[in-house]
Amino acid sequence: MNRTDRLRLWIVLIVVAAAGCYAYFDRNGLNLGLDLRGGAHIVLQAKGTPENPLGDDSIDRLLAVLRNRIDQYGVAEPIIQKSGADRIIVDLPGIQDPAAALELIGRTAQMDFREVLDSTGTPPPAPIRSNYDSDIQFVQAQERWQKAIDQLGNSSADFQVRAKSTVGAIVAPAEEAGRFYLLGAVLLSGKDLINAAVNPDSLGRMGVSLEFSNEGARLFEEATARLIGKQLAIVLDNVVISAPVVQDRIAGGHAQITGRFTADEAGRLAIMLKAGALPVAVEIAENRSVGPSLGADSVRQGLEAGLFGAGMVLVFMLLYYQFRGLAADLALAVTVLLIFAGLIAFNATLTLPGIAGIILTLGMAVDGNVLIYERVKEEQKSGKTPMAALDAGFRKALVTILDSNITTLIAALVLFYFGSGSVRGFGVTLSVGLVASVFANIVVTRAILQLFVRRGKEIVRK
Amino acid sequence: MRHIDFMKHRKFALTLSLVLVAASLALLFTKGLNLGIDFTGGNVIQTEFDTRPDIAEVRDVISSIVAKGAMIQNFGDKGIIIRTNEDTEQSREAVVKALTAKYPGMKVTGFEKVGPVVGGELRRQAVIGVTIALVAILIYITLRFQFRFAVVSVVPLVHDVIIALGFFSLTQMEIGSSFIAAILTIVGYSLNNTIIILDRVRENWGTLSREGIVSLVNKSLNQTLARTINTTLTTLFPVIALCVWGGPVLMAFSYAMLVGMIAGTWSSMMVATGLLCEWQLKK
Repeated sequence: MNRTDRLRLWIVLIVVAAAGCYAYFDRNGLNLGLDLRGGAHIVLQAKGTPENPLGDDSIDRLLAVLRNRIDQYGVAEPIIQKSGADRIIVDLPGIQDPAAALELIGRTAQMDFREVLDSTGTPPPAPIRSNYDSDIQFVQAQERWQKAIDQLGNSSADFQVRAKSTVGAIVAPAEEAGRFYLLGAVLLSGKDLINAAVNPDSLGRMGVSLEFSNEGARLFEEATARLIGKQLAIVLDNVVISAPVVQDRIAGGHAQITGRFTADEAGRLAIMLKAGALPVAVEIAENRSVGPSLGADSVRQGLEAGLFGAGMVLVFMLLYYQFRGLAADLALAVTVLLIFAGLIAFNATLTLPGIAGIILTLGMAVDGNVLIYERVKEEQKSGKTPMAALDAGFRKALVTILDSNITTLIAALVLFYFGSGSVRGFGVTLSVGLVASVFANIVVTRAILQLFVRRGKEIVRK
Repeated sequence: MRHIDFMKHRKFALTLSLVLVAASLALLFTKGLNLGIDFTGGNVIQTEFDTRPDIAEVRDVISSIVAKGAMIQNFGDKGIIIRTNEDTEQSREAVVKALTAKYPGMKVTGFEKVGPVVGGELRRQAVIGVTIALVAILIYITLRFQFRFAVVSVVPLVHDVIIALGFFSLTQMEIGSSFIAAILTIVGYSLNNTIIILDRVRENWGTLSREGIVSLVNKSLNQTLARTINTTLTTLFPVIALCVWGGPVLMAFSYAMLVGMIAGTWSSMMVATGLLCEWQLKK
């Protein structure tokens, strides 16, 4: 064994030991993508308006508010990042109720208190045929009902006209369908809050208690003093969620909203009010959620396919190339180890297409071995000794292996650079896999074969 | 050593490939591709039932809510997957609400929504990505070999991609973003094969004037034949495993790989080499 051979063996041992230790002891382990572990991937598109244009500043504030909301909601390891000029990617691993999360982060949650200037009545329920004795009565009831609905429509149109002549006034629908309010200017808003918490009232209805800042408390006291006997509307994102009649002046800076909430909705509202309103409105551009069970299914199926695929490759190599096949199989095991260590080292995320990429790499990785072995066979036929044939075979196959892998690497890197999400993950695993398999082919296989050839020349002579 | 005269059949092989490509293009222009919501925008809802209801029944429930045609398919053992082209949150919520009312035991295991802007961007990304990859590869091969080799190795790639697309048009399997990954992997794989054969041609190039291009290419093909067969097998094993065990999410990806690899092996052995022969003989 000469010096180069010994060096090569040492390199292999050190790399394998290092990769093994790294993969085993790394605290974070392998990141699983949301498609495997379950969770929600949400892309928000910020929407500027002429009065409230988008800028770096508003996006940064948007990020801060989102982070704040998600932290308070209690999601482990969320990823909240800017993407391009006006998009934000939110990854929420492992959440059980994606719809609730969407509600939490997608809502502007702009809360205002306004005076109720006027309101329409509540629309009567539509008539039901079974409550009437005859068709004629039913039709008459339907006509009456339609008239009432038209009436509501007329008064809401009338409100629009009146709103234009009053400073700061708006028309807002109530939470229950069909009812509209004409509201005065903002008296105080969510900015004047310092705290919000879920707080059921004495009747057990869900509510949210509010605590105002000093300035807010003063404004609230003034407003309630002025509006005794009148309605004060609590408006969330331009929908009136509650419009209680003010009984008395309220000092001390505390208030309570009671609406038609469930406990979960009240909890989300409290979080949104505490974290503040989104500085600009957002629209959900993309939203993918995978339940934990579907993710687990994917992992299991990926593993099964991988094991069967790898098994067939290993057996084939062993049957066709025998001892040298064993060397190829060992090299393949090293490739897999290096891929996982590499993915952990690059902090890459393993996605389902990524698993498919690894499985494909298994098949392509032994290509290098096949090339080398066929070359060695040819060299032996031309009359070289086993050792010389091995040398020549490796040397000549090396160029081919590099050329063919570099071209594939180009495609993989393009995937990594241009792809997004899971396609990008596929590009990463493919790239790591290619580099690992080239190392395994030309260094690991060679080191192992060198040992075989020294122990018994007959192995290679077959 | 066994010697097979591959290049004797090169005219037949080239014609066959031409016919397949033409048929694929015809399919693409008439039937088109079944693009998933990744490209078109829309909603996908994955559900799971204890006892799976009939698809027609589910369709009845949904057709009253979603105006445009919804696609409803069985998914795995207990699941049903619903795809609509309406890309709003409200549309999805309405569908889930109606289904939960009808089937209280139904669970939503996952959903996806892609807005129209994102879908358009992905289409553009896919085209730019594949084009850049092809150009970069063309440059690399021109540098390493010669321009003629670059051309004859890129033509089979286009051939493979078109045939894979034709297969998807024929079967109307749904194409998602992972399909782009499959296409680029096919490009990489097919190219890998072509390079290995052309590499041998380049090595034998010295004997060109003595034995002529056809015999030279034949010799190179035969020398690399064992490798071609073995590598095709070792790559097909995992791809077949993916098709059989990989599960419904990876289905389109796995079949794209399978078709692409078969086309890729064929085109490397017959199309790239056949073209090289014809080109050399024309001179």
